[in-house]
Amino acid sequence: MKRFTLVFLILAIFIALAIFAPATAEHSSLALWDYFKEMALIMPPVFLLMGFMEVWLPKQNVQKWLGKESGFKGGVLSLILGTLPTGPLYVAFPMTASLLRKGASIANMVLFLGSWAALKIPQLMVEIKFLGLPFTIVRFSLTLAALIVIGLIMELILKHDKKKEWMQSDLELQGMKPDEMQPQGALEGDR
Amino acid sequence: MTTLIIIYSLVAVSLILSLIKSKEKTKKAMNVAGKAFVKTAPSLLAVLGIVGLTFGILDEQTISSLVGEEAGFSATIIAAVLGAITLIPSLVAFPLAGSLLRSGATVVTISAFITTLVMVGMVTAPMEIKTLGTKFTILRNSLGFLAALLIAAVMGVIL
Repeated sequence: MKRFTLVFLILAIFIALAIFAPATAEHSSLALWDYFKEMALIMPPVFLLMGFMEVWLPKQNVQKWLGKESGFKGGVLSLILGTLPTGPLYVAFPMTASLLRKGASIANMVLFLGSWAALKIPQLMVEIKFLGLPFTIVRFSLTLAALIVIGLIMELILKHDKKKEWMQSDLELQGMKPDEMQPQGALEGDR
Repeated sequence: MTTLIIIYSLVAVSLILSLIKSKEKTKKAMNVAGKAFVKTAPSLLAVLGIVGLTFGILDEQTISSLVGEEAGFSATIIAAVLGAITLIPSLVAFPLAGSLLRSGATVVTISAFITTLVMVGMVTAPMEIKTLGTKFTILRNSLGFLAALLIAAVMGVIL
């Protein structure tokens, strides 16, 4: 029920407007209807696509693919895996931590996290629809370039970091082996 | 229109391939899609309402004075900070950004918002610190914020 709080609040504002400022309410409803039509066309296929990728992509292999043999190939792979629709960002954090422990490079993991959050394929389609192809292409390329630079900078800084905080995950502290940290419940939550 | 055609053909192809390979898995995919939709529906509805109210109450002139050319640099910074601290699914944020862009917001401000929204996560930072460490998290998010501002500036020049 908590999820609908904001919806109810907005509904209440609409009702108040309808009573006290009918013209504004009508205006708002028209704008809402326009947007509803646009969203109703684009959202169902986006969610279906997310569903297909979720079911057909072998998630267990992800960690294997991003293992020790990183390099340029690993970078490309990190990017591609990040862009696939695999659930909200907080699912990616434990995955990233365990990949780092298995020897993945920091640059690759920054690329992985960054593309996971910023360059997801279904989201790109919605972006093209609402913000246009030129906007999407320019943002995609600039973001990708920025992620590579950030990754390299962080690699340089953290290479000599003695602490390596990601080596002790909170799950290990709770007495679980890192191998039990299978990402689960992808798509649960909004991002 | 072309976007819609591409997406629908992609879905059609995936559906056919999926059905050929396994009926069961196709059913599962539909289930996953349905569940994801139900989870996102409240925020989609809320954004629809906010878009409606925004454009019903404010006219285009007011909007462009808030986020358009006249608002200048401070509007861009505010947009960037808002993007960094809020956790709106980008799926939901794009329609709102698009409508603001169409009613006169500058490309710089809108891209600053979108880029910090996806590159910086204040809300997810505690989780990130727990799994990847404080140093990693602070570096990734602050560098991301700087990069987002740069990207926004460059986008303003290009587009």
